[in-house]
This record gives sequence, C-alpha cells and structure tokens, in this order.
Amino acid sequence: MPLLEVDALCKSYGGSNGPATLAIENISFQVERGEFVALVGPSGCGKTTLLMCIAGLTAPSAGRVAVKAKTVDRPPPDLVLVFQEYNRSLFAWRTVLGNVLFGLEAKGRSGKAAEERARRLLGLVGLEGFERHYPWQLSGGMQQRVAIARALAYEPEVLLMDEPFGSVDAMTRLELEDALLALWKDLGTTILLVTHDIEEAIYLSDRVHVLARRPSRLVETVQVPLARPRNQLATRAEPTFMELRNEIYRRIANAV
Amino acid sequence: MPFKCRFNIAGLALFAALLLLWEFYSRTAGLETYLPPPSAALKALFEPPMARALFGHLLETLGRFVGGYFLAAALAVGLGVVLGYSRVAYSFAEVIIELLRPMPSVAIIPVAILCLGIGDAMMIAVTVYAAAWPILLNTIDGVRNIDRTLLDTGRTFGLGRWRILREVALPAAAPYIATGLRVSLPIALILVTTSEMVAGADGLGYFILDEERSMRPANMYAGIAIVALLGYALNRLFLVLEGRALAWRSGMRIRGEM
Repeated sequence: MPLLEVDALCKSYGGSNGPATLAIENISFQVERGEFVALVGPSGCGKTTLLMCIAGLTAPSAGRVAVKAKTVDRPPPDLVLVFQEYNRSLFAWRTVLGNVLFGLEAKGRSGKAAEERARRLLGLVGLEGFERHYPWQLSGGMQQRVAIARALAYEPEVLLMDEPFGSVDAMTRLELEDALLALWKDLGTTILLVTHDIEEAIYLSDRVHVLARRPSRLVETVQVPLARPRNQLATRAEPTFMELRNEIYRRIANAV
Repeated sequence: MPFKCRFNIAGLALFAALLLLWEFYSRTAGLETYLPPPSAALKALFEPPMARALFGHLLETLGRFVGGYFLAAALAVGLGVVLGYSRVAYSFAEVIIELLRPMPSVAIIPVAILCLGIGDAMMIAVTVYAAAWPILLNTIDGVRNIDRTLLDTGRTFGLGRWRILREVALPAAAPYIATGLRVSLPIALILVTTSEMVAGADGLGYFILDEERSMRPANMYAGIAIVALLGYALNRLFLVLEGRALAWRSGMRIRGEM
C-alpha cells in the first residue's frame, strides 16, 4: 500500500459564470514510505496548487488524494506542508524555539520533554544558539531551517515541500539541500518536494515526476539511480546526472 | 530611534515658564475669579479635606473608566473577529457601522439617560459605546490582513478552528488590536468625564463642573490637573504594557520590516 496516492487529480478555477480554467489535468502518482520524490516543472505550472490539494488545503475538482488509503478531505494528520514563503509562514510573535515548539504543541506535546526535542531539532538544522532569536533576526536560509525544524517537530509521515529553497541564495541553497538529505536519512520521513530547478530535483530524489504547464499534467517519470550519500560536486559531475538533466530538460521544453 | 532621552528638558522648561507666567500675570492683574494662579490650585490639592474629596472622585472616575474600557475591549475584539472573518456578517453590519461611526459619541448620552436613567450603568454604557469603535474597526482590519499562509500553516499542522483563532489569528492581529486599544484609551476617559458632567453625582467630571458653578476656580483647576494626570498615567501604563506584550515587534519596526 503506497503511503501517498494521487489519483486522476483535476483542479479548475472559476466556471460558475465564465469559462473554467483547468489548472491541473488528470495527475496520478504514488509515493512509497521512506521515498524522496520530486515534482519538477516550469514556473506557473500549478505545482503549488497540486501541493495544496495534496495537503488538504484546497479541494480538488475531480479525482482523489489518499494518505495511508484514507481519502484526504481536510488537512491529514500525518502530513505537513512547508511553504515556499517561510517569512510569511513563521510566527513572528514566537521565538525560534517557540516556532519549533509549535510543531510539538500541535501534536499535543508540551513540557520539558517537548522542549528538549525542539532544541535537538534546532541542533540538527544547525541553529544551536539561536533559540531565543525572533525569525526576523535571522537570514532567509536560517528562517527556512526554522520552518523545516518546525515541520519535523510534528513528526509527519509525509513532508510536503513547496520550492523550499526558491528564495534563498545559491550557496545557501546547496547547504540546505544537503541538510535536508541528512535529516531525511536520519528521521526516515517520506518527502515530496516541488521545485522548478531540474538539477535540484535530481540531486535530492529517488524519482522525479516531470510536469508540463497549462494545464499542469504529468509528462514523464524518471528514476534516479544515483548512489547515496550524494555529494554536491561528485554527484553533479556524474554522467548519469548529466543525462538525466538533459532528458528532463528536453521533456519540459518539448511539452510547452 | 537608537537613543531616547527620558526627560525632554526643553519641553519641561517651556511648560514651567508658562506656569510661572500664568502665576505672575494672575497675581498682578487680579484675575482670581476665573484665572487663579496655579499655586492656588496646587494649594487646594494639598488641603486634607479637599485632597480626600478629590481622591474619592478620582476613584469613581477610575472605576467607571476601567469598567467601560475593559467591557468595550472584550465586546469589540469579539465582534471584530467575527466581522473580520466573515464577509457575510460584515455585509449585514456594514450599513449600521458606516452610519454610527461618524456620529459624535456624546450624542448617545441622552439616549443612555432615557434608557438607563442616571447612574453608573448609563455612564459605563456610554463609555463602552464610544471606546468600542476604534477597537472594533482595528480588529476587523487586523483579522482581514492576516496572511493566508499563516492560517494555512495552522491548518496543515492539524489545528482546529478554535486553536487557529487563539494561536494564529489573534497573535497575528494583535498589533492592530493594540492600536485600537491605544486610540480608545483617551476616548473612554473623555466619555466618562463628559457623562459625569452631564449626569453625574460624583467623579472628576462632576467635581470640575460643580466647583466652577460654585465659583471656586482654584478647585476647578485642581480637578482639571488631576484628570489630565490620570490620562497621562493611563497612557504611559498602556505603552509599557504594549511594549512588553508586543516585544517581538519592536525590533522589526526599527529594521523597517513592518
């Protein structure tokens, strides 16, 4: 039984008094427990809408999403979405530690043990010593680390990530990619990540679903046979990496 | 502002100079009947029977203020959250709000006297009415301006409506609510004093008007000074509490991120 199932999902906007715009057309795929899956597609191809449907934050027009065989009709308890706009998603009135604690409180955990856990997670994302800071006092990359730690504190079985590194600089991005891979390996969380960066999708994941735009549809699924642990220099220099990149690039270019 | 002077020397000096000028002018021109020297008002303040009476009036005024202000805050925040959340509720309330909001609140005093008679209930009701407006309008604004992403964050972490309201929406709207509370603070005091003047049997408003009618202008000025100090003290207290409650925000404002 796959952990996450997306089955013939469609989403259209408007339509009650005008032509409906089809945003997502008939997308189906599955994610197994422990996998790292990437969805890659051009900007404006409805990737965010797709994630919002999977997260139960937007209702699909047709088709269905299921987590552990249970149809999603509200935000499922085993799944958390990390938003691209960390600065809009973090709680400005809570400290860094308070934000991570929120993930535990949402699960009904509080007290000393919860605080210990939050501190350990902050250590894992490399933010030891910043517990008492407020989000605005941190750089963008550090803020996204807080958002990731907060999501992991909730101990979701599925972590959805919407272009989590889309608004940080290139160097920080590489660092965060490796930090995420380390967390994924340590915690065994299943991750579905959306990005418009083909190389990022390949570097991180076991499998890449390629999306075309308007409407968003799945044009190809590519297995990534690259060995783990991956390395920013060595992995990206492998011939397989190049071939995958070229193949995906061509698929996206031809589909538009 | 990186450096903040605790005492505004120039401002205090000008204030003292004007008081001295008043003192001097009043004494030389013989205006005791309507402009007694400040020293006479000060002397009145420190005469034991006067001081006791004034303190009693101050407590009455403060009690009405506290009752009216907190009741207004509770009602207006509650209603503001509902009207901010629900477009439907707001469209029902919109016409009433737009009609009543620009009306000077003191116009409600006769209505309150008609309905509630003369007494604390009437004065508190008037205060609640006037003080509620800024809090209500700012709360509606604040709730409407909550970032969609924040609410979705609450939802993706599995929070129900009630917890999202308490743990996400209210803190996110808190800066707006605080602005409303700050604006309505002096308004509440104005309405308490005014209604005491119109229909009170005690309180600082009653005292000020009564001393004027009894031709005791020094006492009248003493009452005015006390109500001014009360307003000042309440405002300072509010700013301290607001600064503590919204401490997370003070740094953002300096960095220009608000």
